[in-house]
Amino acid sequence: MAIQLSLRSGTLTAALEGEIDHHTARELREEIDSAASRTKPKKLVLDFSKIHFMDSSGVGLILGRYRLISQWGGKLYVANLSPNLERIVSLAGLKEICTIYRRDENEQESNQ
Amino acid sequence: MNKKAINEMEISFPSYSSNEAFARAAIASFAAQLDPTLEEICDLKTAVSEAVTNCIIHGYKDSIGIIYIVVKLYENRQISVKIRDKGCGIADVQQAMEPLFTTGGEERAGLGFAVMQSFTDKLTVTSKVGKGTTVTMRKYFSRRLTSNEQG
Ligand SMILES: Nc1ncnc2c1ncn2[C@@H]1O[C@H](COP(=O)(O)OP(=O)(O)O)[C@@H](O)[C@H]1O
Ligand SMILES: [Mg+2]
Repeated sequence: MAIQLSLRSGTLTAALEGEIDHHTARELREEIDSAASRTKPKKLVLDFSKIHFMDSSGVGLILGRYRLISQWGGKLYVANLSPNLERIVSLAGLKEICTIYRRDENEQESNQ
Repeated sequence: MNKKAINEMEISFPSYSSNEAFARAAIASFAAQLDPTLEEICDLKTAVSEAVTNCIIHGYKDSIGIIYIVVKLYENRQISVKIRDKGCGIADVQQAMEPLFTTGGEERAGLGFAVMQSFTDKLTVTSKVGKGTTVTMRKYFSRRLTSNEQG
């Protein structure tokens, strides 16, 4: 399990790598929360492009980070879910609380 | 599915959360004998991960106990996975299985049973308060065409 955090003009990006289950989610949560609480970003991007396995603990991870950054009005973005992960996320109806996108879609957006 | 299993295996291990990855990998590796598709294996691993996690964080909440798993393979590419704990048990199984229901606090999504249900073909849950919980999942892997049949 690995995580790379980067902050750029008010956006905190957490690039996650490996497998997300209840065991690994704890470490991810601690790393993201300590960075987010320190920097209070307007946008938090969780990038799943290098996650090859995730169970519902990953949904809990997303929900928990939403609650955290909502405290200062931050917005949550969930990026690059594989089709398998998308199926789990769709069970939770997360679309109401965050923006879900693929990298190519986003780049098109920012080009417009 | 009352037929005799063509192969079976049992594992048991203590409810350390580090064993979540071990359990799903072990079962996926045994199930590979039925030559499932990548997606079918991924679904099975996800469902197993949910059931094992539940034993660890709910069944044996404040302690470490043993998790027992029995996997059976059948003809026609069927598999059954039984995952059991001797933990606290569930008072109201129907309520527990409702999507989004959780007693696990902020970091739980309450989607474990919903995932098991949608990622396998049959889910049975039996539980007794103070005795423990048994989850049985069955999955039918698709019949792949052999090169002969494809002609
Ligand atoms: N093995 C178990 N032992 C005791 N309680 C359980 C067990 N499995 C599930 N439960 C109960 O059912 C609820 C729902 O489980 P689940 O759908 O996996 O969601 P979550 O694990 O996110 O809470 C749990 O919060 C717990 O109260
Ligand atoms: Mg669960």
